[in-house]
Amino acid sequence: MKSLKRIFIYTFLSLAAIVSIFPFLWMLVSITNKSVDVTQGRLLPGTHLIENMKTLFATVDIVPALANSAIIAVITTVLTLLLASLAGYGFEIHRSRGKDIVFNILLLSMMIPFAAIMVPLYRMFGSISDTAPLIGIDSLGAVILPTATTAFFIFFFRQNTKMFPKDLVEAGRIDGLSELGVFFRIYMPTMKTTYAAAAIITFMNSWNNYLWPLVILQSPEKRTIPLLISNLGSSYSPDYGVIMSAIVIATLPTALVFFLMQKHFVAGMMGSVKG
Amino acid sequence: MSQQSTKKGEMDLPVRLRYKETKREKTGVFFKKKVGWLFIIISVIAITIFNFYPMVQAFLLSFQSGMGGNLEYVGLENWKRLFGDPTFIAALTNTSIYLLIQVPLMIVLALFFSVLLNDPKLKFRGFFRIAIFLPCVTSLVAYSVIFKYLFGIDGIINQFLLNFGFIPETINFLADPFWAKVVIILAITWRWTGYNMIFYLAALQNVDKSIYEAARIDGANAFQQFFQITVPMLKPIILFTSITSTIGTLQIFDEIVNITNGGPGNATISISQYIYNLSFEYTPDFGYASTVSYVIVILVVILSIIQFRVAGERK
Repeated sequence: MKSLKRIFIYTFLSLAAIVSIFPFLWMLVSITNKSVDVTQGRLLPGTHLIENMKTLFATVDIVPALANSAIIAVITTVLTLLLASLAGYGFEIHRSRGKDIVFNILLLSMMIPFAAIMVPLYRMFGSISDTAPLIGIDSLGAVILPTATTAFFIFFFRQNTKMFPKDLVEAGRIDGLSELGVFFRIYMPTMKTTYAAAAIITFMNSWNNYLWPLVILQSPEKRTIPLLISNLGSSYSPDYGVIMSAIVIATLPTALVFFLMQKHFVAGMMGSVKG
Repeated sequence: MSQQSTKKGEMDLPVRLRYKETKREKTGVFFKKKVGWLFIIISVIAITIFNFYPMVQAFLLSFQSGMGGNLEYVGLENWKRLFGDPTFIAALTNTSIYLLIQVPLMIVLALFFSVLLNDPKLKFRGFFRIAIFLPCVTSLVAYSVIFKYLFGIDGIINQFLLNFGFIPETINFLADPFWAKVVIILAITWRWTGYNMIFYLAALQNVDKSIYEAARIDGANAFQQFFQITVPMLKPIILFTSITSTIGTLQIFDEIVNITNGGPGNATISISQYIYNLSFEYTPDFGYASTVSYVIVILVVILSIIQFRVAGERK
């Protein structure tokens, strides 16, 4: 009976692992094969990798798309971390009744579906396009601005700040630091793990964001990676080897970020869960 | 520092660190009280501009109609139009199907995995954890394109099923109204189960092991332990994940567009995709699009309240 249960558990978990991993294996095998072999269901590595990469870089504008995505993701991450941690710190350390009310109102914005505000946002950025082209329609700025402040990360930082030793703030003040000085010189270095976790999630979200860039970006040279892949995927005569290569290249940054910082990620998630 | 204005924490400080307040520092107390607002002001303004203000705008737009920028107030016309609009009804039905099947399926699976993987005696625990979490590193668009190819008519799933004799002939999954929905549900479940599992695993770390010990001595079997201990202990986090998953699935867009593009016909179209089509694919009707989008808002609010209620009752 006991060993039967063990066998069941291991079979179940192995099946789950296979289902989870299989699309990745298929993707990695496919980038080494010709498009014809991919459609014929070849599951063995081939020798077409370099050929696929050459075709990809020659026929698809993947480098500008990577650059756009990287610029957007880095700026979004820096802005989100700075603004959300300032606010999370402010709400928790300088706690007051008024701020608690504001905090709860901000949390409500987490329930706002993006699809509901997409049209007004589009019109808003459209109306300033002429006066401020840098943040108008078809600009990277317009992609960044609405995504750089989210109530979720304010909540996230506030939850994690609950574990921050408050005595350090007092100690900093006595040492003559200004309120901002306390934040930058004491809080930030102490909360490295929280920042790392938030950075991973923001970077991944931004890198993978699809709907808003699809709405606001128009010219092909402004395209981000998800827009490019979506375009490749909907072509009528797809070259599977090449498309898979693009997908692998697009997935590498987030996969790397995740695996390098996995410990911080789990620690940060637990911090926000404990609360 | 005068006794009244001494905060609790400062009382614990050694005497030499307390000092008499000068006049300048008294104005400083006022400043200290207000300085907290400076930390939050930018976020408050940004969220107001980019979240709350557009919500109000969308509400006003939902009573207007017209092409592109030529909008005029039409009262409740848009809201009446909803009930007679077959595409909207298809989008609402599909989104509800995704929600009702996918969210419970995923949460049960994620709970199940987390309980199994929380057992320290399990071999290859780290491998299983990483394997099941792996789908989360892919972008929604990338994995959608992969699923589209996997389930294509000459895709590897069809070849596999055919070679092993599970099916007599290939199934055109994405051109069949039923199978297309199944593929969408499978895809979302594949992508998000590991993500939710991490939350449960994190929460299980905080559950006292001795409770299980006691239950075992009392003769509770694994199922009883799961439903009587694990589920009640994880209730807050289950509530949190089911609300975020509900909000996420209600807004589903990337997968639909990139796997089936709403087809065949409108068999897989979601509310978000319909809003997008109304605004940017067809002749733009921002007013009606906003009306449709408010349906998502209303659903989010109702479902969140229900989930809070249900979680509250079981206490």
